[in-house]
Amino acid sequence: MSMKASTRQVEGITIVDLSGRITLGEGSVVLRDTVKELLGKGQKKILLNLADVSYIDSSGIGELVSAFTSVRNQGGELKLLHLTKKVHDLLQITKLYTVFDVKDDEAAAITAYK
Amino acid sequence: MTAPQRVSYRMESTLESVNKAEEMADQVATQAGFDEDTRCGISMAVREAMINAVLHGNAYDPAKRVNLTFEQGSGEMIVTIADQGRGFEPEEVPNPLAPENLLKQSGRGIFLMRTFMDEVRFRKSNSGTEITLIKRLQGKENGLDRQEAST
Repeated sequence: MSMKASTRQVEGITIVDLSGRITLGEGSVVLRDTVKELLGKGQKKILLNLADVSYIDSSGIGELVSAFTSVRNQGGELKLLHLTKKVHDLLQITKLYTVFDVKDDEAAAITAYK
Repeated sequence: MTAPQRVSYRMESTLESVNKAEEMADQVATQAGFDEDTRCGISMAVREAMINAVLHGNAYDPAKRVNLTFEQGSGEMIVTIADQGRGFEPEEVPNPLAPENLLKQSGRGIFLMRTFMDEVRFRKSNSGTEITLIKRLQGKENGLDRQEAST
């Protein structure tokens, strides 16, 4: 299953709804290009909704980390929303769960942006 | 005890091979009797080893192949992935859990293999690198169940 990304704006926050697999190849490229495009347009408050992301491999983890650091380096904030159990466990195992700001509720995530 | 079953494939150095190997790993793990969570871990370990072989070992070289072997039975599943690359020293790969490495983009593949498998072995030769991944069914040690092993 390929990865899809669609964006929407809520109170100045860009929510990226991702679905599919973030893996080496297409999935990682879609995420990279989406974040790059948003930063290019000056949209630096980004919430990645991972509710429909079924699987992430090491390349996908790397792409999430890269997105996080790219946004932060430009003075923005990137948060994660609605992790599936598999993705949650993977971020725990790799000690990245505490690096990312992970939210379970969209409204709460929106208000959490400074 | 079920007799061991062994099947080998010669794969191209492509992303399609990585995906195919992951699918096959899940099928073999299902036949071997692993539960869903364990199968996911095995599939991920195989995927990471294949990425290592295709991307880092063979560098997508169309002239190079990856030999993939699944062996299951006797209470364990053994997967061997051999590339034709220059080889590497797994011990030289930085610990991805170290604070200074947490935000690095790469370097987690071997860690994930070791996390999800009971044993991960690396063998470097003139012809490339061979990774062996071993997962045992719960309650099985060295291919024997504990009751058998104790008698």
